Amino acid sequence: MRNIFPVLTVTAFLIALWYAAVIPMNAQWAQDQARRAGQDLSFSALVTDTMSQQRPRLPAPHQVALELWNSTVVEEMTGRRGFMNTGSLSNRSLIYHGWVTLSATLLGFAIGSALGIALAVGIVHNRAMDASVMPWAIASQTIPILAIAPMIIVVLNAVGITGLIPKAIISTYLSFFPVVVGMVKGLRAPDQMQLDLMKTYSASGGQVFAKLRWPSAMPYLFASLKVAIAAALVGAIVAELPTGAVAGLGARLLSGSYYGQTVQIWSALFAAAILAASMVALIGVIQRVTLKRMGMAT
Amino acid sequence: MRDTTTAPVISAQGLNLTFQTNDGPVHALKDVTLDIGKGEFVSFIGPSGCGKTTFLRVIADLEQPTSGTITVNGMSPEAARKARAYGYVFQAAGLYPWRTIAGNVKLPLEIMGYSKADQQARVEKVLELVELSGFARKFPWQLSGGMQQRASIARALAFDADILLMDEPFGALDEIVRDRLNEQLLALWARTQKTIGFVTHSIPEAVYLSTKIVVMSPRPGRITDVIDSPLPRERPLEIRDSPEFIEIAHRVREGLRAGHLDD
Repeated sequence: MRNIFPVLTVTAFLIALWYAAVIPMNAQWAQDQARRAGQDLSFSALVTDTMSQQRPRLPAPHQVALELWNSTVVEEMTGRRGFMNTGSLSNRSLIYHGWVTLSATLLGFAIGSALGIALAVGIVHNRAMDASVMPWAIASQTIPILAIAPMIIVVLNAVGITGLIPKAIISTYLSFFPVVVGMVKGLRAPDQMQLDLMKTYSASGGQVFAKLRWPSAMPYLFASLKVAIAAALVGAIVAELPTGAVAGLGARLLSGSYYGQTVQIWSALFAAAILAASMVALIGVIQRVTLKRMGMAT
Repeated sequence: MRDTTTAPVISAQGLNLTFQTNDGPVHALKDVTLDIGKGEFVSFIGPSGCGKTTFLRVIADLEQPTSGTITVNGMSPEAARKARAYGYVFQAAGLYPWRTIAGNVKLPLEIMGYSKADQQARVEKVLELVELSGFARKFPWQLSGGMQQRASIARALAFDADILLMDEPFGALDEIVRDRLNEQLLALWARTQKTIGFVTHSIPEAVYLSTKIVVMSPRPGRITDVIDSPLPRERPLEIRDSPEFIEIAHRVREGLRAGHLDD
């Protein structure tokens, strides 16, 4: 609780900066409108107008906040297709689209983390994998995801795999990498002395792994999981762009940009940011609890 | 009195070990021949690079000699390691931060497959031996450096190895703590009847603890003197002011100096 005050201060500053930027960004449109109507625009009228345009270049914070509120709580509570009226989530609500993206993110994150850990275990224990896997893993991340995502979607579509799986695969593609890097480092964290100690006990490879390497790698695992889940979300959103904008936060971003709905784009962006922040925070909580139980939190 | 006339516990004959490094071969051990009898407390002393740690690691099968023979309990070091003939204490305590003190002491027992009840009993016994009974549930970071090193000694004692190999275990501790631990180590040695190999570069420590002092010198690492201590096994700290003690310390110092004259 002690650090809530600085956080709020920074947030307030950013919002003020944002409001200040809204006026010049949207002034052109307001002045054009006034000139066409043959009116003179006072400064206060200008400010009011820039804060409440239908399709502003830069929406004001309160417009985004209102859109977030309307497209979640209001839509589900009172909307014609909302949860209260139909018993299922409305396809116009960010909760529905957020869930679509979240499910692909979580599946991709789970597969990616498992794959990352498996690769790291292989790299640490197998000389051939040590020499061969890492360059490929790094190369895979140098390919722009925007370039490869549509191809994965199209190829998988051709073999009849659609929906959640292709998106999850792209999430996997982005999220396995930080886990591999972190876990290779983590599994190699024990120093020579600790490995020698295990040798004096004649410990088997499995015992060295279970009792030394794996626990040593825990702090590294959580650090890389935090990066991985954020990457997984980006992967899921990018994967939604080429699917023809059906559902998901990516679809909201795309349709928003088709129709110049900047408020919709910004609210989808914020929904994604909130989602990412919550997931990272959740992993942070699990990390704290786990490390505390391991006696490693000081 | 213990019987030291029977077959030696550790016997090295003409041991050589050469490390191949980027700067050419390094002769870490040259013609090392030494017998260590059961129940002896043997210190290896010498400047860094004299091969004292390397010799201890050869006994422990952590390094392989280039030539010569060595037996531990009449077996090869590898067989002795697999038979869990020795406990090894490193320079740093190396306790696992995610395990309590009891959990750390239990580690070798888990690996060696002792039963749960046996593990518990042994942990209690050795923690009592190193005077850490009240700290079983503490984590390593909650203990001082000296206590951590005692816990690591307890860990090496937890299983029934009759040899204890210690590589500068108190090197990182201050003088006062070191005196106290030396005293405790002697008491522990008297109670457990173990054979102890102890690496140090402190002359008083070597003389105070040992029944046999092996003086080594570097480039190439070799034994320059082996001193059988005439001091009694019962040794109060005050013994360090006795003429015998000072005489042995003098001889060790001479041996160390002789090794350096070759440079």
